Amino acid sequence: MSERGSTAMPAEEQTTTNEPAEEPAPITTGAESVVRALSTAGVNAMFGVQGGAIMPVYDALYAETDLQHVTMAHEQGAAHAADAYGQLTGEPGVCLATSGPGATNLVTGLADADMDSDPVIALTGQVPTELVGHDAFQETDTVGVTRPVTKANYFAEDADSVGDLVGKAYALAREGRPGPTLVDLPKDVTNGETDQTPGAPALPKYHEIQEMADEAAVEAAARALEASSKPLVLAGGGVIKGDATEQLRTFALRHEVPVVTTMPAIGSFPEDHELALEWAGMHGTGYANMAISHCDCLLAIGTRFDDRLTGGIETFAPAAEIIHVDIDPSEISKNVAADIALIGDAGTVIEQLASAMDRSPSAADWRTDCQRWKSTYEMGYDCPKDGPLKPQFVVEAMDELTPDETIVTTGVGQHQMWAAQYWTYTEPRTWISSHGLGTMGYGLPAAIGAKVACPDREVVCFDGDGSFLMTIEELSVAVRENLDITVCVLNNNAVGMVRQWQDAFFEERRMASEYPWVPAFDKLAESFGAAGFTIKEYDEVAETLADARSYDGPSIVDVFIDPEENVYPMVKSGGNNAAFALSEDQL
Amino acid sequence: MSQGLEGPAPEERSLPEARRSPEGIRLDPATGVDHSPRRTVISALVAHEPGVLSEVSGLVSRRQFNIESLTVGSTTNPETARITLVIEESEQGIRQVETQLKKLLPVISVRELNNDAVRRELVVLKVHAEAPEQVHAITEMYDGTVLDAGPRTITVEITGDELKIDDAIDAYNQFGIREIARTGQTALARGDEWTTHAEESRYERTTPVHSND
Repeated sequence: MSERGSTAMPAEEQTTTNEPAEEPAPITTGAESVVRALSTAGVNAMFGVQGGAIMPVYDALYAETDLQHVTMAHEQGAAHAADAYGQLTGEPGVCLATSGPGATNLVTGLADADMDSDPVIALTGQVPTELVGHDAFQETDTVGVTRPVTKANYFAEDADSVGDLVGKAYALAREGRPGPTLVDLPKDVTNGETDQTPGAPALPKYHEIQEMADEAAVEAAARALEASSKPLVLAGGGVIKGDATEQLRTFALRHEVPVVTTMPAIGSFPEDHELALEWAGMHGTGYANMAISHCDCLLAIGTRFDDRLTGGIETFAPAAEIIHVDIDPSEISKNVAADIALIGDAGTVIEQLASAMDRSPSAADWRTDCQRWKSTYEMGYDCPKDGPLKPQFVVEAMDELTPDETIVTTGVGQHQMWAAQYWTYTEPRTWISSHGLGTMGYGLPAAIGAKVACPDREVVCFDGDGSFLMTIEELSVAVRENLDITVCVLNNNAVGMVRQWQDAFFEERRMASEYPWVPAFDKLAESFGAAGFTIKEYDEVAETLADARSYDGPSIVDVFIDPEENVYPMVKSGGNNAAFALSEDQL
Repeated sequence: MSQGLEGPAPEERSLPEARRSPEGIRLDPATGVDHSPRRTVISALVAHEPGVLSEVSGLVSRRQFNIESLTVGSTTNPETARITLVIEESEQGIRQVETQLKKLLPVISVRELNNDAVRRELVVLKVHAEAPEQVHAITEMYDGTVLDAGPRTITVEITGDELKIDDAIDAYNQFGIREIARTGQTALARGDEWTTHAEESRYERTTPVHSND
């Protein structure tokens, strides 16, 4: 377990001078204890919205000049920004909200973090304890409402223990399988007097995290891999969250095992590598889905076998012996039965496996199959220069302009799929998106969180017109903070994925999916104080994207794409991964 | 090509012929898998703190576990409580109940009990008192206790395993059962075996509460 957040001083920094280290001011209130718990944990930035019941905590932040607080326009934005911050730093992103509507507005963001196992800690104000249960102004049972969408949540009982409670929630958000936690802070607790200084974040007792897998299971897995003639690695989001990408690369290269990833694991293995088959699932590459369907041994690391990945369970890797590596024992055989379960930390278990394997699998023919699929089902699109602009072209153009470590955030829908398919990801923590919950509107607040977490890296948000409109108020935050982010709105005047499904499965009845009424995003951007651009033709793409990038501050590019363009390949919901459709007539 | 990608259509591809069961189990034509649900008892030692029952019941309903009964009560350690669940699930479902329960933070340890576990349920039922001698006779037959006898109703208590309780209720039906309350099953492992996990000896007192340990 990590010791981050401890204040132990390295020996070489101890000097002979007797100058005392600057003592932090003594704690006087619960609110100060909350804030001290965060600074002791090493928190640098947080995202939130003020309000009545959380005011004591904000008041305690007034004096804390080392803690950057980013005021968001809406609490949902605060949760998504904290989520992106958490994904990029590996430390819990912090969000704050008041009681009642403030807390309920966080729920979508917490549910998103819960589904994607992102480290987030939410601090919510609550009405004074004596009013709880009386339906007081802005009272909501926040702990009750958020219980199903958090890894843990707590109602703070008193000022003396509230700081350590925040520390516990912080530790829980980060350790083991990460996830969102919440501490509900009644106003009398934060206003209450205390002199208790909180300690470093500490996990609760009874909470055990298994880092190393059982040796016998590791041996069994090693033998299964050695004997395999069609081995495949399925890297899940846990590979990135567990900082195991180096171990994964070393393992795959040494044993020449092809690698597919899940969507959350995009970037865990370089997509331009010969062994990379990119990501599998509903809109994954045909070659990834062929490989999953035909492998005889699947080493699945840190994935929960989401239905968008597996398609129909009956046809998912149907002939494969499945070795499932996960730090969460409840994921084993939840959706797909594991033949061999390796409970533990991703990087540790990969190293255990590597040292247990005496030889590489003999899989030359299999690698040839994979390469053949890569060319047979190559990704691509037609883009006649006299036709309407294809979104894939815009994604590729932006990828070409930007450095490898650029962070891409997205909303949810067609634009998200094109951004995932046509950008070549080579580094972990470059793809920040909403996977499990599929939250439209995630992209812009996530870009804000990303830029705060990584001010030196370029941040590009691909959004759709429908998604962008859902959290557009956060543009005011990007302007106020002068965050240099570039938002490409792939505008097809529709919630395009719904429109695509209506065309395919509802006989083209486009009910409530066409958005010919969306505002002019370039002008809207300017009214916010951001830079606005439009792209309508192919020959504008490179130059306008370059202009938007070079603008120092948030820029919005309204890209008028072919409104009829669809996302392919596509595995029908619950369908056979190997029977992915390359076009609508194959559905 | 105006829409989509080029390449062989699904029917022109090599599609795998193997299949998994709907539970995601690889089907081995030689063996076959038994997915039939069975009824079993799960015992959980939990931290005695607010919200723990709500967390457990929320988990059961959210994950659609098939539950027959749930009981909860304090232990000799004021910091812990014991929850006993009777569930009817496939083998895979039972493992899910165990691991998902274990994942809840207030849950200290979880175990499926063996078939020989000591299980008991208590029922309190109120019958019409038109034939008091017959009611007393049935109560005696099931080792029950009469808790209250009035001119119009008799209230009795029966304790036993599930089968005995069901039989007793059938027998009382002839008098007309006015009201009934069942506790649901509670259970402990047989002999000197720990009910949930050997480690619980750390958390559960083995001496009476009034001793000064």
